[in-house]
Amino acid sequence: MGNFGEPFLYLLVLGYGLGQFVGQVEGLTYMAFLASGVLCTSAVNSASFEGMYSAYTRMDVQQTWLGMLSTPVSIGEVVFGEILWAATKSLISVTAILIVATGLGLVADLWALLILPVAFLTGLCFASLALLVTSSAKSYDFFLYYTTLFITPMVLLSGVFFPIDTLPMGVQWLAKSLPLYHAISLVRPLMTGGELSYVIPHLSVLMLYGVTAGLWATSRIKKRLIK
Amino acid sequence: MKATNAPNLIVSSENLTKKYGDISVVDKLNLSIEEGCFCGILGPNGAGKTTTLRMFVGLCPIDGGSLTLFDKSMPENASVVRESVGIVPQMDNLDPDFTVEENLSVYGRFFGLSSSVLQSRIPELLAFSSLQDKANSKISELSGGMKRRLTLARALINKPKLLILDEPTTGLDPQARQAIWQKLRELKKQGLTLILTTHYMEEAERLCDRVIVMNHGEIKADAPPKKLIRKEIEAHVLEVHAAEDDLLSRIKQDTSVARFEKSGDIHFFYGEKLTQALDMLEQSSHDDYLFRPANLEDVFIKLTGRDLRE
Repeated sequence: MGNFGEPFLYLLVLGYGLGQFVGQVEGLTYMAFLASGVLCTSAVNSASFEGMYSAYTRMDVQQTWLGMLSTPVSIGEVVFGEILWAATKSLISVTAILIVATGLGLVADLWALLILPVAFLTGLCFASLALLVTSSAKSYDFFLYYTTLFITPMVLLSGVFFPIDTLPMGVQWLAKSLPLYHAISLVRPLMTGGELSYVIPHLSVLMLYGVTAGLWATSRIKKRLIK
Repeated sequence: MKATNAPNLIVSSENLTKKYGDISVVDKLNLSIEEGCFCGILGPNGAGKTTTLRMFVGLCPIDGGSLTLFDKSMPENASVVRESVGIVPQMDNLDPDFTVEENLSVYGRFFGLSSSVLQSRIPELLAFSSLQDKANSKISELSGGMKRRLTLARALINKPKLLILDEPTTGLDPQARQAIWQKLRELKKQGLTLILTTHYMEEAERLCDRVIVMNHGEIKADAPPKKLIRKEIEAHVLEVHAAEDDLLSRIKQDTSVARFEKSGDIHFFYGEKLTQALDMLEQSSHDDYLFRPANLEDVFIKLTGRDLRE
């Protein structure tokens, strides 16, 4: 609900309110432009929060992972399970937003169903990053650094609210080096019936971030728990 | 190779060592635990008990020496070994998102048990832990004792050959503690091998057929509890509280006082009979004293010292 309510509010309030002034963006109504960005942001937030606050609770406060490690289950399996679950939460909230967006007439055609696997991959990517953060966390406060210094600036610069080609070149490159931009680049044409381009590079960036962060998180969590 | 008629060894370690920085938390531990043994590991905080248990199941890297469980070397075979081990951790880590029954079934799933196996095993375990009426309760609705019994039941879901209990009764009321003791005795009767750490000497004395006292990562004593008391310490203890120096020095003259210790304003006199000392106390006006048979706690203090451990 929390992961779904907030993006929904953004979509409605900014879409209607700001949309009045903005008019068309890249040939789309502002709300249609915004919808794909908000949807991807929701995938990012759902996975990140599950991979930080909930995973930390299970790792540290409730010691659930240590309980699981008393069985034949290994650290890698525990971490991969957490990543899958966090990505599933992304999938759930994205599905809800997609249904609402369809109701608002913001979805072009059935190709939009391909948004779901992209959102799941985005969830996997950000869940892995979140678990990497969690592996170093000493308390819940630590997560504020990650959200404030990484997630929020990334959301503001990755083309959620406006196309990034208005930004200085350096900032554009920064945005393109982060995974959210690539998720949006895939989701926006899928949602609005636009033309897909650079599919493999976009998917690769998401996968590269996810796999690297996932493996790194596993080794750090192993050092933390098996000591 | 060992002789074929030797009893099955469940745990066997040679020079097992764990270091944090320069400090050996477990220092060249040589230990073997036979099948069917109820073994207690005692030691002050930081003695290396929990670290040793964690190494047994591969939850702590080994820095030196060798360790085998069920003849399988560790930590390479940790996952296989854990299939046959049940663990009751120091801190409850039941999953608060699930009910009592779900906690058992999810945990069983981690062992790869099928739902048909679980369907027959869970009611047995609920009955064993006297939690039949709580099958659908949330974990937050359980008392401390119930949580511990559920943790014990959970540790038995895979029908382990070895049960490891890290301070299973810490923080429980006497009733709950005795209930756990009763369950553990039942398991021992069924032939399970049990390893228990505890800070309650009484618990070790009652339950264990073998007690290992650890201090600074080393084994200080290893024997059945009764034998340990006979072997390591004098038969009786006289505790004299807040007495005058004059009286104390007279008590010390009793030739049967083998040794004495002072802790705060209490003096401990150890000896076989201590008749003279008792006479002197009776004649004096001082009545704040206690004469009792020596117990495992006295052995523990003798072996590990009176200093506080942090």
